[in-house]
Order: sequence, then C-alpha cells, then structure tokens
Amino acid sequence: MSDLTSAAPAEKLTKKELKADHPTWCPACGDFAVLASFFNVVQKLQIPHEKIVCVAGIGCSSRFPYFVNAHGIHFIHGRALPLATGISLSRPDLHVFVFGGDGDGFSIGGNHLNHAARKNVNLSYVVMDNFVYGLTKNQTSPTTPIGQRSKTDPRGAIDQPINPMAQLVASGATFIARTHAAQVKHMNEMFERAILHPGFAVVETLSECTMFNPGSFDDSNPRKGGVFELVDEENQDLESVAAAMELSRDLSPGKFGVYYETRRPTKNELEREWLAEAQRKTGDLSQRDLLRQRFASMR
Amino acid sequence: MPATATPPPDAEIRNAVIRLAGNSQDGIQSVGAFLGQLAGSTAQEVMTYMTIPSTISGGPSIFQVHLGSGEVLHPGDRADTLVAFYQHSYDDHLHTLKDGGICFYDSDQVEEIREERGILHIGVPFTSATIEAIGGNAKSRGKNIFVLGLLCAVYRLDRDKLTEIISRKFGRKSEDVLRNAMLAFDAGYAWPVNDIESMPMSPGENEGDRRVSTDGNTMLALGLIAGGCRFGAGYPITPWTTIMEFLRSELPKYDGMFIQCEDELAAVALAIGASYSGHLAITGSSGPGLALKAEALGYASMAELPLVVVNIQRGGPSTGLPTSVEQSDLMQAIYGSHGDAPRVVLAPRNVEDCFYTALEACRLAKQYSTPVIILSDQALATRLEAFPEPDLEVHWQEPELDLSERGDDFKPYPLDQLTRHSPPGARSSTGKYPVVTGLEHDEWGHPSGNPANHREMTAKRRRKLTELAATLPNPEVHGAPDGDLLLVGWGSTYGPIKEATDRLNADGHCVGSINIRHLHPLPHNLGSLFENYDHVLVPEMNDSGVYGYGQLATLLRAKTCNQKIQSLNKVEGISFRVVEITEAARDLINH
Repeated sequence: MSDLTSAAPAEKLTKKELKADHPTWCPACGDFAVLASFFNVVQKLQIPHEKIVCVAGIGCSSRFPYFVNAHGIHFIHGRALPLATGISLSRPDLHVFVFGGDGDGFSIGGNHLNHAARKNVNLSYVVMDNFVYGLTKNQTSPTTPIGQRSKTDPRGAIDQPINPMAQLVASGATFIARTHAAQVKHMNEMFERAILHPGFAVVETLSECTMFNPGSFDDSNPRKGGVFELVDEENQDLESVAAAMELSRDLSPGKFGVYYETRRPTKNELEREWLAEAQRKTGDLSQRDLLRQRFASMR
Repeated sequence: MPATATPPPDAEIRNAVIRLAGNSQDGIQSVGAFLGQLAGSTAQEVMTYMTIPSTISGGPSIFQVHLGSGEVLHPGDRADTLVAFYQHSYDDHLHTLKDGGICFYDSDQVEEIREERGILHIGVPFTSATIEAIGGNAKSRGKNIFVLGLLCAVYRLDRDKLTEIISRKFGRKSEDVLRNAMLAFDAGYAWPVNDIESMPMSPGENEGDRRVSTDGNTMLALGLIAGGCRFGAGYPITPWTTIMEFLRSELPKYDGMFIQCEDELAAVALAIGASYSGHLAITGSSGPGLALKAEALGYASMAELPLVVVNIQRGGPSTGLPTSVEQSDLMQAIYGSHGDAPRVVLAPRNVEDCFYTALEACRLAKQYSTPVIILSDQALATRLEAFPEPDLEVHWQEPELDLSERGDDFKPYPLDQLTRHSPPGARSSTGKYPVVTGLEHDEWGHPSGNPANHREMTAKRRRKLTELAATLPNPEVHGAPDGDLLLVGWGSTYGPIKEATDRLNADGHCVGSINIRHLHPLPHNLGSLFENYDHVLVPEMNDSGVYGYGQLATLLRAKTCNQKIQSLNKVEGISFRVVEITEAARDLINH
C-alpha cells in the first residue's frame, strides 16, 4: 500500500489494541508467528486503526480476521481476492490485507490470483502455505509434494504441485516474496516491504501445519538442521522476469526473499484517472442534473 | 403515393404493427430504433420486439414495431405490414402477416411470391434503388434507410422529426455517411407506391408529457444510478451485457466505478466487497451467471449486506436459448443458494418500470441490509418503448457513505433491530472493531454454533422479509374488481395480460388482472384478492413442471392453499400473444 503518510493516527497504535480473540489454531501452528509479525509491522508503520481491513476466505489461516481487532471480513472459500479488490477499488483510503492458505489461494481461488495480479490491485496478500488442507483434516493441497501421503492420496500425492512463485511472475504480480514463519525477522521485513509496495504484493509464507504436516519445512529451518538461503538481492535484478523465473525453478526448499519487484500503474490509479477525466468533461453539473441531461438526450 | 400529390382523405389508423425481416447485418434494428424514437417524440406509444441470432454476424433476424396513438401493451400478435428483405425472410414470415395485410418485398431479392389470404404484395427494388440513390459503391448498405423513408411515406409519419433523428444519429459519424443516409431516405420516401392509399397514423395522445424512448436494460441501468448505486462488477453474458457496458461508461461520470471481472464469482465478490465498504453495489448476469453467483448470494444473506443483483432471464437451462425470452429463473432467484438465505426479488413489468423497480431495489437493499434481485428478461431488456421522463426531483436517492464513529452500543447483528454495518474507515468509540462473517454469529459477529442462537439469527434474517411483506399493498387490479377470472402475471407479460383483460371484458366477461412486482416476499394479503373471482389463471413463460403448475403459480398455491389457481405456461422463447391468453381464459371460464 502506498499512501502511509496521510492521516497520522491520533493516538499511538500498539499491539495490545490490535489483539482480538485468542486464535483457535492448534498449538505451535506456524500461523501464530504470522499473526505476531503482522502486529509488529502494523505497529511499526502506525496505520490508522480504523483504516485497517483484514480479508479472508476459508481455511485455518483464513480465520485470521477474528484474531485482529480491526475491521474484518470473513468471506467464502477462494474469493477473498476479488472481495478485497472491491474494497480496495471502491475505498482508496483503506489498507487492505488479505490472508489465506494454499487451498484457498492456489486451488479454489486459483484463477482470481492470476487476475488480481495482472490487474495490479493495490493490496497485500499473505499466503500461509502449509502444503496440506488442515481445516478439513489432511487432504492433498495444490502444493503438496509428490509422494506425500494424505487422506485423499493414501499412496502418496501423484499430481505435480503448483509453483506459486512462477505463477505469480507469469501473471504479472508486481511484488513477489517468499518467507518462512519460523524466521520472524525475515518475515517482518517481507511484510513491511509488501505493505509499502504500491500495487499487488504477495508474500508466500511457509507455515507449518504441526497437526497434519509436521516437520514439512525443517529443510529450510536452521534450528531444525536446515538451511535458510536468502535471495542475493545485491546481485539480483529484481525487475527481471527471467531472473525471477530462474529463482522459482526449484522451491524445495528454494530461496527466501523478494523474487520480483517492479512499479506499474495500479488498477486503482488507472480507474481513478478515468473517473477524473470523465468528471472533467461533465463540468460543474450536479449528479442529478447529469442524469437529467441524459434523459433529455433520449427525448 | 408521391409526396407531392395531394393526399386523398385516407382514414386515420390508431395502431400499426410493422415487421421487418432480413439479416442481422442489414440494420433493420436501427430502422426499428428510429421508429421507436420517433414515437417517443411524437407523443405516440411504441413497443418493439426483435429476434437476434446468437451468432456474431449474419443470420436471419426480425424487428417488429408496434406503433400506437394510445396505449401500446404488446409488440403485436400479427403484423399489418411485413417488409421482407430476402426470399427466406418472405418465406419465414409471411404467416405472421394478418389477412389482407401488406407485404413490401425487395423485388431484387425475392423471386417467388404466394398470393394468399388477400395479402397485398408490393415489390420495390430496395437494393438497386438504394444503389442508384447513393451511387458509387454503396453495395447493399443504406437499404434499411431506404425502407424507413418508404414507411414514413406510407404511414405519413412526421418526416421532419424523423430526418432530425437520422441526422442526430449519422451526423456523429461523418458528413458522407449522413449524406448517403439522407439520399437513401429521400429515395424511399419518394418511391411511387401506387397500389395503396397511405395509412396516416392519427396523432399521439400523450401530449404534455416530456417523453423518452429507450430499451429496458438502459432504463434499468439509469434506475440504478438514480437509486444511488455507485459501484458495480460483472462478466459478459447475453442479454445482461448491455447493462454492464452502459454502467462501465456512465458510472465514472457519477464518481462511480464498474469493473469487468474474470468470472461471475469474482463479479459478485467485488460487488460484496464494495458493499461491505459502505457503498451500494450492483452485480448482474443472466440465468447461468446467477447460478454461479449463488454461493456468494447466500453469504450476502447471512452477513446481511446490501446488494443489488440484476438477472436478465433468457431461455434455459444451461446455455439454452441465449437470445430468447423466458421466465424460468423465479425459483432460482428466490431460493437459489444453500441454507435458508432470504433475499428480496422484484420484477419490472415494462421498460418504464425497469427504472422504478431498480430504484426500489436500491432502497430496499439499504433499508433491510439485504440482497435484492431484479428479475428482468430478454424481451424487456432489448425492446423499445416510449413513456414519460421520470421526475428526478422525486425519484433520486443520493448515494451516501456513512463513516461516522460508531458508539458504545454498536452491535453489527442486533436481534431486535435491523442490521446497520459499520464500514471500514468508521471509528469505534469502544476501540473494538467488527468482523463481518458468513459463519453463524452472535449479535457482535462472533462465530457461534449455539443452537438457540442459530434459531434466533435465522429468524432475524427471515423477519426482514415478513416485515417488508406487511408493508406491501396488493397490486392494483386492472379491469373487474371481482367476477369470472383474475389473471395474475409478473414481469414482461404485463402488456399482453392487460390487453387480454380488456378484450375479454369487451366480449362481456368479467375479468381482472394484476402484475406482481414484489415476488419475494409476496404482499401479505394477496390471497384475499383471489377470493373475489371464480377462477385464477397465472400465465407464465416457464414450464408447468412435474406437478402441473408454473413457478409463480406453485408459490401462490403454497402461500394461499387456493385450489382455484391454474397455470398457463409457454416455453417457446417468445412472449405470449394476446390471443393465447384470451383463449385459455375463455376455456377456463366456459369450462
């Protein structure tokens, strides 16, 4: 989101005010860390409390809005992005955050991801990717690795998983990052950069499902013997699609950081430009007189 | 009948039904549109009907115009005049001409004519005469305007006004186009038609009103603007698409926005997002698209968000008859979703009423914080009518975005009051902010699976509709207030049913008719009306179904337990002819 300089809040917003119901997630779920990181970043950026909107679809991670004391909307499965698009376009004064999981974002809502990306809608989207359907208790998800067992693939998953990074690059997202819920500082940084980015910003956050997919992200967690390898931003052309695609080639466990970042006019800006132009042409007429004029042309 | 000769004292006629039959690329729709606009500006009434092939270009197409000096309620059962551009047009449409009617045919294209039923055939070389008039490489373009000139002379329409309308339309394109159009028009106007006397239309009887002419989709879109809708989202589907095209261009002038989406699911989600944000939003579609939106509609019902949903019905199910009329989405509109998901359903009865129905939909959506579906149909969407211009001094609802601070007693879902949401951006005096949700919730919006809570919340959502029903008066009865038969219709069958009522009463029967705008909820006292008649007949353009009753008839029987209610169903993709209703009515009365 771009315009954080306007309307500084009257009183300082702290994490305490942002906390709502205690999350219903399972103990040690990766999503707790994502929530804590979101609080950190919002507090740091001092976004006016009433201007924060948390949007989610369906899934464990999509319960997010209930756990944030801010305006929130808990929608239907897979449609959080188009809902948030309606909010963002109709209310440019708001800061729109979308939260969800891999099933919500890459499977049932997969098409919306492409279109929100190509339209470059101004919002921030955090996908808590756990490679499994958790709320419905362990079915194969669009990011489940081949061979991993679930209740719907008792012999191990057989379908090629989605590559979210490559898909986002191909569909025109303007900020694409990848982080890990066990790497709090890195996660804070990615969230902050996503929020400050004008346009469609996505952060895929590997967030472990301790219930159905324990240990799934240990290979990128140094505390569990893995390697947390960062994108070398010094030597990476962040505006290069080819470089981002190259980074996306192998995500097991792959690198973490910003894969792609560019500035392109947002859908919000382009639509507002048209509104301004249309209204320049109509001059000082009131809206009601404008409609009267329309009827007069139909006589 | 050259224009220069002194016209004989022909008898004036009050009604004329003209059917133009050609191919869709011949511009016969624009001839019809010119005649419709002319009627609007000459205090006459008009109703049009057209068929469009569901192909991109080409294919047989007709445009029928019913002009009248007084009230015009239907596009005409049978044509007085047929204009046939091709042999296939002639062959396919001669039967729609009344006995003794007049057939103008393009003598360059139609080779075989059939003398039958006293029909007067007049061959005019539309094609070569137009080429001759315009000259050069006109090919076959302009022959529609030639025909317009011919009709103008035959019916002695207001030539000055008609040429003014043509100038307005073509003047925007280029001088050449306008010059060619006027040449074609003059050639048609001056063409000597010696076999008939002219049939001057008597003057219109609607003097005094400021009158406009347009189609139902335009009027619906204008009603949405006047009703305060400032955000919309949609996906293209016939015959809904012209509304989204119109709003896409128009809304920015009103500081609003219409967004084309990747699919129907996204469209309804965008609209709900804007609505949650405090705007009044609209989405729309035709039958198949409404089915795709059904899940989100259930959400809007559960979350109690205001939303206007337009459904331009067409022949179904599935892709069905995409460019034909049907009224088979009533049950879908009322019940189509999951769970108990109350919403309001309204239907406009004619083009003018599209405006007022849209206004009411906007008002009810806000007042009851609920989804409202407007059920229009393909016939209404595309046909032209002329009617008085709405008075915007009265009919205007200012859009509002209420971001005032919500006080200590704010609850998003109070059990004893209507829901009034606090949109994002509104501060809260308690510092606590609400989550709008599709999970069953308590008064504060917290998810709750409590049995009593679900029962109470379901009742809260249902009560909005029972409260609304109690405020709805019974529809006005046209014709007899009691007697042999009550005809009950909804939507675009209004015209043919009203005309059928008049014809039956003229024949000595005692018949009343109503058109129900409020289909869900129905006016609470509707059943009492039925007691006044021996028979109740419900003509509908949908199937009689497994149990023998159309969709509205089924609902009326369920609501009133009245065994008198009978159905008259038509599923041919075309509107009722008046005679089909009068015949069924006579059968029922004389049974």
